[in-house]
Amino acid sequence: MIQLANVNKRFGTSSTAITAVDGVNLTIEEGKIYGIIGYSGAGKSTLIRLLNGLEQPTDGSVEVNGRKISSIGGKELRQARQKISMIFQHFNLLWSRTVKENITFPLEIAGVKKAERERKAAELIELVGLAGRENAYPSQLSGGQKQRVGIARALANDPEVLLCDEATSALDPETTDAILDLLTSINERLGLTIVLITHEMHVIRKICHEVAVMEAGRVVETGDVLQLFQSPKEQITKRFVSQVTEPEDAKKVMSLMRQDYPDGTLVKLAFVGERTEQPVLASLIREYPVDVSILQGNISQTRGGAYGTMILQITGEPEATANAIQYLHEQGVQTEVFEK
Amino acid sequence: MIETYFPNVDWAKMWEATVETLYMTSVSTIFTFIIGLALGILLFLTGPGHIWANKLINLLTGSIVNIFRSIPFIILIILLIPFTKFLIGTIRGPEAAMPALIIGAAPFYARMVLIALQEIDKGVLEAARSMGAKTSTIIFKVLLPESMPALISGITVTAIALVGYTAMAGIIGAGGLGTLAFLDGFQRSREDVTLVSTILILIVVFILQFAGDFAVKKLDKR
Repeated sequence: MIQLANVNKRFGTSSTAITAVDGVNLTIEEGKIYGIIGYSGAGKSTLIRLLNGLEQPTDGSVEVNGRKISSIGGKELRQARQKISMIFQHFNLLWSRTVKENITFPLEIAGVKKAERERKAAELIELVGLAGRENAYPSQLSGGQKQRVGIARALANDPEVLLCDEATSALDPETTDAILDLLTSINERLGLTIVLITHEMHVIRKICHEVAVMEAGRVVETGDVLQLFQSPKEQITKRFVSQVTEPEDAKKVMSLMRQDYPDGTLVKLAFVGERTEQPVLASLIREYPVDVSILQGNISQTRGGAYGTMILQITGEPEATANAIQYLHEQGVQTEVFEK
Repeated sequence: MIETYFPNVDWAKMWEATVETLYMTSVSTIFTFIIGLALGILLFLTGPGHIWANKLINLLTGSIVNIFRSIPFIILIILLIPFTKFLIGTIRGPEAAMPALIIGAAPFYARMVLIALQEIDKGVLEAARSMGAKTSTIIFKVLLPESMPALISGITVTAIALVGYTAMAGIIGAGGLGTLAFLDGFQRSREDVTLVSTILILIVVFILQFAGDFAVKKLDKR
């Protein structure tokens, strides 16, 4: 379990200090994939570095699996770090070492014997799908392959926690998905806790169990991923959610539709979990004297279940329209009516 | 035939001088490499934001490096005469040239080491720290291998500069090709001796440059 209590991190002297992390309280349970999302400058990079002591908090305490990272140093901290490994946006491999030598590097640091290092490296190369490339140098690998080396290197000392610092931000969408799948399977197979920071809601949606949203150094919202998709409270969370649920052109389509059918009511629906599989719309049309046209629809798969949004134009008598919207409410579908 | 073109060249003496030059250059290069590396690493690690960040030591080391790097070599030799006499017991011969050669070249190389280390990707250092590496591991397994091509090309440039320094030291009697060219060649107006000495110095320089470039090419896997 990872626990942050009242953690502050300020950089610089008091007069010109920048508060990177501001009063953060966070609990991350063992075996979870925990996502921290925020725009650049939100303090998430600093936050994740507090977890392995690359940064020390100005005040507050950071505890990882019973070890108080914020108050240890020297040898004790170095040993703790062997169990809290990290992967990076730009991979940070040593160019002077081959794939295998990069993977054995943390084992050399831990003082593991050569035969055992070789055995472990071979096993990890197999695990991350790099068999046959063990003697290649990083410069001969693609971005996705480099990150696989990064992951294998991070797993070498059998860590309890894996920290991912924007691990997929430098990769193309397909490679991103492959790396995310690899992280998911590692989480399931080895049961290690993964903490990742990202600015892409796609990453959160695809692999995280829980999420924290950061803005200006503060954690403004936390919770189950599906929950957050269903009912984002903060403005910034809504913006992140709309990254994956609303293509940019939806708003344009809406204003165009409105020009064509000025008398309609535009409603945004959000379906969560099982709701997505029930024929809510079909029964709506059957039971109420209204016309319904679908302007835009979208379903996202999260780890906790499906989440969908749909934008409808409902035309009909005002009363019938109001009843229809009321019906949607009763069915447990979240609705949002766009004002004219 | 050689006699007609180079009537005054004593080949045995020429060979002896070449060996002296090679001896002075190689020994001083080895010491320069070690001392320069140590100074460069110290400068790097005591710099702001690094593991041993320390303003005072950084400033002190930086100043020493800058001062010795700025003194013209020919003046440095003269300034170091008492020191050389104390250390070696004489101020003549190849050994007597070495303190000045090393003290002149090591700070020069230390700067190059610093630049080489500053070019290492900061992320790689952070990764090593995140794995729990101690400082000695970071120095020997990250800093040195990751900057090796730049360290080698730096020592190549320094070794070539040292060949030049040995020739200068030759003027005050250090021996080697410099002494030969100056005393036997220039002062006695035997142009052929000066010419052959110069050609031999050039050959030494070319071989050094070639070996350095070759090593860099072999080492650089980027």
